Amino acid sequence: MIEFRSVTKQFPDGTVAVREFSLVIPSRRITVLAGSSGSGKTTILRMINRMVDPSSGAIEIDGADISTLEPVRLRRGIGYVMQNSGLLPHRKVVDNIATVPLLRGEKRKDARARALDLMDTVGLDRALADRYPSQLSGGQQQRVGVARGLAVDPNILLMDEPFGAVDPLVRAELQQELLRLQHDLGKTVVFVTHDIDEAFLLGDQVVIFKPGGVVAQIGTPQQILAEPADEFVTRFVGADRGKRALHVRSEGGRDVVLDADGRPAGVLVGAAPTRDEAGAAAAAPGASAQGDRPR
Amino acid sequence: MSWLVGNAGQIWQLTVVHAALSAIPIVIGFALAIPVGWFANRHRASRGTVLAVVGVVYAVPSLPLFIALPSILGTRILDPVNVVVALSLYALAIMVRTASDAFASVDVDVLLSATAVGFSTWRRFWSVELPLAGPVLLSGIRVVSVSTISLLSVGSVIGVTSLGYFFLDGFQRGFALEILVGIVGTVVIAVVFDTVLTIVGRLLLPWARRRAASHRPATPAGADLAGAA
Ligand SMILES: Nc1ncnc2c1ncn2[C@@H]1O[C@H](COP(=O)(O)OP(=O)(O)OP(=O)(O)O)[C@@H](O)[C@H]1O
Ligand SMILES: [Mg+2]
Repeated sequence: MIEFRSVTKQFPDGTVAVREFSLVIPSRRITVLAGSSGSGKTTILRMINRMVDPSSGAIEIDGADISTLEPVRLRRGIGYVMQNSGLLPHRKVVDNIATVPLLRGEKRKDARARALDLMDTVGLDRALADRYPSQLSGGQQQRVGVARGLAVDPNILLMDEPFGAVDPLVRAELQQELLRLQHDLGKTVVFVTHDIDEAFLLGDQVVIFKPGGVVAQIGTPQQILAEPADEFVTRFVGADRGKRALHVRSEGGRDVVLDADGRPAGVLVGAAPTRDEAGAAAAAPGASAQGDRPR
Repeated sequence: MSWLVGNAGQIWQLTVVHAALSAIPIVIGFALAIPVGWFANRHRASRGTVLAVVGVVYAVPSLPLFIALPSILGTRILDPVNVVVALSLYALAIMVRTASDAFASVDVDVLLSATAVGFSTWRRFWSVELPLAGPVLLSGIRVVSVSTISLLSVGSVIGVTSLGYFFLDGFQRGFALEILVGIVGTVVIAVVFDTVLTIVGRLLLPWARRRAASHRPATPAGADLAGAA
């Protein structure tokens, strides 16, 4: 468990990136930080591994105040994945994945063997092991980034817009992969994104930020959709434009779910709509609609 | 021709001396420029000052510097140390700017992510920053190499042995072949040094070559020498 206790971060130039921020990040769950650009998400993430130290307030990991921990040691125990993967361009894929185990003093042979296993875990062909990062596609690079983040088997994985720079299809694939990994490995994931759909897809807990480092709402995707805390959240999740409103229409004896633009989103299975057909609305992520939503 | 045969021993000896006396300042200038260039890049505010100072050093004409150094260093006028110190200063002056650019060329995100996964500052310098600055550093040292080798000839004017002796002697005697030997010898040393630097660069920076290779397929051997690595 990671706990922020009224944490404020003011940079030397006077910018207050995070203001009186409190949050409990439960273990073995995905917590997503979403919100407008410049709202302090990256800063919050970087405070967890002491890349940035708070100006006031405290951060605890499993009850230990991290300001008492040695930053370099702390970082070697926490996975970190960022946009554009941040891989070392002068190291081969396998050595990139083995970076942190090697920093920790593991034997080269063991570290490489484990790196190859991790390539399987994140769905990378082992044939790519001896390539340099520039010789991989963007999606492959992100997988290497994830594998590197997992290499020391950390309890905590910090991910800063890790899928922001890949095309929508690859992104969807990586998102599913992350959900699968999370299911299998049970890491505590803190995930930063701009994309509210991604936030709702991945997050067990979602934190929505307003500009200026102010929290707009904290909750499960269902809670946020059902009861947006304010105007900002409503707009941010797109509920105001009816983007999230799904309609059910009977078609050839089956209940077809349509999105706001009237495009088919899926087929309703299980419970039939309780209210009258045309008025039935379901929230997107929680809806029992089956099949992929075409985009 | 008979001059060549008769003086083969001296030609060889001066070539070796010339190579050795150029190699030392190249290495010293390179080694000193790395911390200075790193500092200038890291502390942006200092960059302008540092570059201005090295610019002034570079602007000092070589001959007066060769002559002034003995009184500054307390060395004898014919001591090769004078020339080595002067050429090291020039090498440093050229190399500092390149080194600063080299460190600036390293992707900030890569450095950040290196820190994020647990590189200490010291370790990050040696295993991330320095290698990634490598390609630009290499192009810088190749320039320094050529410039040092040719500048060294000027040292002959104040009596320091180098291939420059053949220019001077050849001019005084109006003997074209001797001048030509001086020129060819200097060019040969420059080409040999450049080839060695390029090979060392390829061995130390295999990743840079692969990346370059993926951008432009085949490079003729000659063009390779001239182009920056
Ligand atoms: N090192 C720094 N010095 C000064 N100000 C900074 C620094 N890092 C971030 N900031 C400022 O703090 C605020 C929050 O930045 P942060 O990077 O945390 O936002 P973010 O939510 O991650 O934004 P984005 O979604 O665009 O990545 C911004 O106004 C930013 O300009
Ligand atoms: Mg950010």
